Amino acid sequence: MLGWIGLSIALLIASALGAAVAFRADRSSLAIGTTGSILACVIGAAASISALVSGLEQSFLAGWPLPIGQIHLGLDSLSAFFLTCIFVISGLVTVYGAGYLQAYIGKRRLAPALTFFNLRVAAMVALVIARDGIFFLVAWEIMSFASFFLVTFENEREDVRRAGMTYLIASQLGVAFLFAMFALLGHNAGSFDFDQFTAGVTPSASLAGICFLLAVVGFGTKAGFWPVHIWLPDAHPAAPSHVSALMSGVMIKMGIYGLLRTLMFLGNPPAWWGTLLVGIGIITGIAGVLHALAQHDLKRLLAYHSVENIGIIALGMGIGLLGQSHRNTTVAFLGYAGALLHVLNHGLFKSLLFEGAGSIVHATGTRDIESLGGLYRRMPITGLTFLVGSVAICGLPPLNGFVSEWLVYVGAFQGGADLPVSWGATAIAAIPALALIGALAAACFVKAFGVVFLGEARTSVVTNAHEAGGTMRWPMIITALLCAAIGIWPTGAVQLVAPAAQLLSRSAPPVEALGSLTAITRVATMLAGLILVLAIVRKVLLRGREVSQAPTWGCGYALPTPRMQYSAASFVEPLLRPFMALIPTRIRRDGPNGFFPFKATYEEHLGDAAGERVLAPASRAFIQALSRVRIIQQGRVQLYLVYIAATLVILLVWQLAGVTGR
Amino acid sequence: MLEIVIHIALLILFPPLVLGVINKTKSWFAGRNGPPLLQAYFDIAKLLRKGAVYSRTTSWVFRAGPIVSLGSILCAGLILPLASNVAPLGFTGDVILFAYLLGLSRFFTMAAALDTGSAFEGMGASREAAFAVPAEPALFLSLAIVCIPAKAASFQAAWSALPWALWGGAHPAYLAAAIALFAVMLAENSRIPVDDPNTHLELTMIHEVMVLDHSGPDFAFILYGSAVKLFVIAALLVHVLLPIPEHLGWTGVALLCLGEAALAILIGVVESTVARLRLTRVPQFLIGASVLAGIGLAIALYRGTA
Repeated sequence: MLGWIGLSIALLIASALGAAVAFRADRSSLAIGTTGSILACVIGAAASISALVSGLEQSFLAGWPLPIGQIHLGLDSLSAFFLTCIFVISGLVTVYGAGYLQAYIGKRRLAPALTFFNLRVAAMVALVIARDGIFFLVAWEIMSFASFFLVTFENEREDVRRAGMTYLIASQLGVAFLFAMFALLGHNAGSFDFDQFTAGVTPSASLAGICFLLAVVGFGTKAGFWPVHIWLPDAHPAAPSHVSALMSGVMIKMGIYGLLRTLMFLGNPPAWWGTLLVGIGIITGIAGVLHALAQHDLKRLLAYHSVENIGIIALGMGIGLLGQSHRNTTVAFLGYAGALLHVLNHGLFKSLLFEGAGSIVHATGTRDIESLGGLYRRMPITGLTFLVGSVAICGLPPLNGFVSEWLVYVGAFQGGADLPVSWGATAIAAIPALALIGALAAACFVKAFGVVFLGEARTSVVTNAHEAGGTMRWPMIITALLCAAIGIWPTGAVQLVAPAAQLLSRSAPPVEALGSLTAITRVATMLAGLILVLAIVRKVLLRGREVSQAPTWGCGYALPTPRMQYSAASFVEPLLRPFMALIPTRIRRDGPNGFFPFKATYEEHLGDAAGERVLAPASRAFIQALSRVRIIQQGRVQLYLVYIAATLVILLVWQLAGVTGR
Repeated sequence: MLEIVIHIALLILFPPLVLGVINKTKSWFAGRNGPPLLQAYFDIAKLLRKGAVYSRTTSWVFRAGPIVSLGSILCAGLILPLASNVAPLGFTGDVILFAYLLGLSRFFTMAAALDTGSAFEGMGASREAAFAVPAEPALFLSLAIVCIPAKAASFQAAWSALPWALWGGAHPAYLAAAIALFAVMLAENSRIPVDDPNTHLELTMIHEVMVLDHSGPDFAFILYGSAVKLFVIAALLVHVLLPIPEHLGWTGVALLCLGEAALAILIGVVESTVARLRLTRVPQFLIGASVLAGIGLAIALYRGTA
């Protein structure tokens, strides 16, 4: 199987180079890049799914050691699961992207978008099968840099360049923590080989704790843990929509993969790791969804929802760790399985939603939901698939989001009942947090779907809107069907994550809890049946009766206009009011002034507390502390010569003392 | 088998009667005769016989609203035990699905309201969403309280593990859960002090204003759906106070009906004696319920519930 995956990496790199070589001919580079990526994804998806199903474990060590490390590849159920996510979602997004990029033909060179897209997929595949620290970091950096070039595709826009820089800084700061972590692990094991990490000396408790914290910060920056999530809401709106779909759907999950892989090196986890991740999950989830509510830029809103969903994944991992540390196999399995399945589910519905947002941008030229409305009649397929994605992301049955949240919930209930009280309370804290996140997410997506697709058009941008083309429509339809399939048949979906969850929790799947999954299918079928029956009842009742059309009831007002519809800002105002203390708000108010006021303006901007109240002061303090060290760097060459001489003398003394001492 | 038939019959036939009991209680307080006990049945039957008017603005989302909402509420009713401690579709983990089915119903009601493009209905949807947010943690914390002694997130396990005594609710944790659930019930079913089902001014409505444009059979589904929702959440509360064990047969049915009637009278008393809260105060009321349930959960965890 590794051979096939290697082949798909080779195909991706070859097509990336091909697209780059053909940079003068946009259509051919589009064709080369897309064909290569689709082929690679089909081959890779088939290989990784069959590896997942057969439970195959493989390893490959190249005979030629490179100066930067060795090529050591491996395949286990965790890798196979993440490979499945990468290949399936990337394949669908590639097809969508081929349609999406059509609009740019003749306006700008497409080659960078294609080359770096394929390179990024190749890098993600490589890092998931990497079994060597250095090789892993190289793949990680290629992924990060390729993403930077994708985010800055439309680099003539100032906001895009800013977003690109924010992303680059965040990702390089994050990777610094990973360097430190791998250095510590490598020093402990005497090698950067992952097999040595697991087989060799188990890190001491304090070393494992430090490595865990470094991994949480380093991988958390990529995944989008609060407060280091702030690059996400900038980068996603800046990037082309298929890039955002892949970034949010798959790339940020590489942070989750990295964290899970690291956990496997660190031996038995103490319970505080679980508590920490549950805490991070609660804060990340609630902060993400609250900020999402405040957004009126559709893609920014979706980006904040990625933060929220990463919070849910962190909750699942935290509960898994809590269970594992207390040797409670049921809790551990449920937590990890919920987190992993949510990785796949979020990949599906978030790429679907970003593709929907892309189609809207394509059709109307705006991301501002306040100027949309009534798009449903003009874009029925995008509307329907966006609705499926919205219901799924809110975790509502009978779609896939519910299944993974259900696993986390059941794990939390079980943890609260079974674990010692002080840790059980942590697990239980996840329950009201998930409930709150769910209710806020539902409000946010009713707003997003309702204001964009329902009602009447608010501005004229909507009137010329058209449905997305076939290459953009089909990926959305297929993704929506996958969301429904997982929701209605969770037993099958859990088969995909069970081997990996088993590997992480080191326990067999709990038979009783998973048996309940068939009951979810039963209820979903019952729900579908009831809805069908009610629809038929209504149809029969209305047959032969007068069914007429009329304007919407406006309480007797005869001349309603579309501008009188409820706006997104007014929809969320009562929701956000209790939370306003948490969101930094800038208000600019001008007038009405004087006895005969002519005009008045009011502007309100809701910022991000993590950036403005946590990271900005922290980085200021850090820089201030570093400026104290600046006295040794005066810019005088003579002084530097003194430093060199002093260093030499010290080294000489140290060395001589060492010799004589021996 | 008989238990399933009884369950479905109770779920389908009884809910509108609860509305009748509430209205009779309110009429008694006001010194009126009030509408007949079966008025809600008459209303639903009348609406089912009518045609329909749809707004030109709406799409199929508007038409899907009432049926998805009623369908998911009925499904929730099939998961929740009524006259015994088992339900036709119950399973381990069903408490979560129960709450999320209510959420699905709310999602589609709100989407249908926004589909009309009416400012009033958008306002109603916004308020519904705003009050659902603080109510949801209260509901889940209460469910956690009853599930802790059972060591499983399932209604059947919870009702089997709760102490079977007429005053099972005398334990502080369950009492907290019951009070929080009562507040959730009032909010979820748009009763005073959160919402007033009898108000006639669109600006002050919450649930009623969301369904202004529905008519005929659609509106019948909505009326019936809200009756079922009230009946189901009241049944949940009845079980917290008085967990009806398995195999009680008709005694169980009688206990459930008594409990439902008592809660309906209590709602009637609350509606007759308490003023409606100002809209900005409602979240505080519901956050209060969540805090109470949180304290109850802490008691249940640290002191035990036995």
